Amino acid sequence: MDKANVSETEERTFQARIDAEEKIEPKDWMPEKYRRNLIRQISQHAHSEVIGEQPEGNWITRAPSLERKAILMAKVQDEAGHGLYLYAAAETLGVTREELIDRLHTGASKYASIFNYPSLTWADIGAIGWLVDSAAIVNQVSLQNTSYGPYARAMVRICKEESFHQRQGYNIMMTLMKGAKLQREMAQDALDRWWWPSLMMFGPHDGESAHSAQSMKWKIKRRSNDDLRQQFVDQAVQQAEAIGLVVPDPDLKWNDARGHYDFGAIDWQEFERVISGNGPCNRQRLAHHKNAHDEGAWVREAMAAHEAKQRSKARDVA
Amino acid sequence: MTPDDPIARYALRLGDDALIMGHRLSEWMSRAPFLEEDIALSNVALDFIGRARLFYQYAAQRVGGDTTEDTFAYSRDVRDFTNLLLCELPRGDFAFTICRQFLYDAFALPFTEALSGSSDPQLAAIGSKAVKESRYHLRRSKDWMLRLGDGTEESHQRCQRALDDLWLYTAEMFQSDPLLDDLIARGIAVDTPALHEAWLATVSETLATATLSVPDTDVEVVGGRDGIHTDDLGFLLAELQFMQRAYPGLQW
Repeated sequence: MDKANVSETEERTFQARIDAEEKIEPKDWMPEKYRRNLIRQISQHAHSEVIGEQPEGNWITRAPSLERKAILMAKVQDEAGHGLYLYAAAETLGVTREELIDRLHTGASKYASIFNYPSLTWADIGAIGWLVDSAAIVNQVSLQNTSYGPYARAMVRICKEESFHQRQGYNIMMTLMKGAKLQREMAQDALDRWWWPSLMMFGPHDGESAHSAQSMKWKIKRRSNDDLRQQFVDQAVQQAEAIGLVVPDPDLKWNDARGHYDFGAIDWQEFERVISGNGPCNRQRLAHHKNAHDEGAWVREAMAAHEAKQRSKARDVA
Repeated sequence: MTPDDPIARYALRLGDDALIMGHRLSEWMSRAPFLEEDIALSNVALDFIGRARLFYQYAAQRVGGDTTEDTFAYSRDVRDFTNLLLCELPRGDFAFTICRQFLYDAFALPFTEALSGSSDPQLAAIGSKAVKESRYHLRRSKDWMLRLGDGTEESHQRCQRALDDLWLYTAEMFQSDPLLDDLIARGIAVDTPALHEAWLATVSETLATATLSVPDTDVEVVGGRDGIHTDDLGFLLAELQFMQRAYPGLQW
């Protein structure tokens, strides 16, 4: 058999395993494009967790009570932990964390564009936890069944923690809505600013999504962008109404026939504008990460040097 | 805002130490040298914030009325805070943060051990909980001292510089004053002056292994227990208390 035929057979076997819902593991054969596609998606996901530490982290030192401060610290710490699981999952595909961070810094690898918006008031911490983490959960629950084993298993752990995050965010909004007029206005303002970016988190409509068809076939993605977005809208609208918040969409309406909410058109120009660098915080988010990484270089070097010294001492003893 | 009850005042000191230390550590979130350290530093920060809450809750309980843990954290000004100056110094570079932590942890472990034997049952209970955390904190900061002290030339220099800058503030941990003397005599407070020798032995041993020198200075900067702070504490409180100052009297 010539080489082309071998790889064709391998691809067929691979697809058959995927179709049979078998998990693909790090040492299994996989098409190069599957590997690259996964690295792209997992690292983008990891970067999002890590960059996401910033808009929330900047309220840790200003949280309004000691209890809120402790909860927010634990939450942001979880996000860092999620980043860690995900980098580890990506590393099983033969790429190092250092390379992935480098790609983040050069702009070759993206993170969720929503983190390019600022967190201006305390209510934004509520809105991020409630909406952004809800959107993340909807997406990640579907990824618990993704075809790549290490990614699927990371998702199971992450989803458990995200639902705690979602509840803490919603609890902040609920507390604000039970509070003074200025608190209710603060909550509404935060919803107004975070609603549409949250809808954009699910990515382009199914017809226009560059990676979707192949990702669905390989079961890297399990549900379409529009399908996930609809589920998010259906949940969030009811949660907003329950505490007296108004979703900023005049076209929002329950559709009895579909059994879903109809909602207005997403401003994709705004999405493109922000993702291509024109958001309020793009430069700061990357500069902050790069700065911390660069400032930490001497620490990482010291660790490596110390370890080498210890190893050589151990050798001398032996 | 400073209570008359000596035990409440003592609990506030300890709460202030923990809050201000935890706040400084929490400033590292998303800024650590690598992701694992983001997580580890926030773990330690969370321990300190948790400890602050326990001390403040106890002080609030003794003071009574509408006082809560948040009253102490958010409604007092610089002059009312009685934390050690060591805790409030700006976080500096990673070497400064680690050296501060090490010098404090080497004190905090024998301190919390002794506090768990306090004749005041509530303070003893907080001490027993904290001692487990402090044991882990010291193990961690000691490890880092060895790595950074005996790592590269740069890390060694940064560490030595940080130690030299921090050393002046360590005497305050062992200082005595009338409030403390009274509570020590009653078996309530930890006899901190008596901890100095053991602390110096722990610190000297680790520094020697880490190829670092014990700073040679007699300078002692004190004042925190009397509310005489560095300029930095005011800015820290401005940030910490922003919400409660901007929107007083609301629930969040």
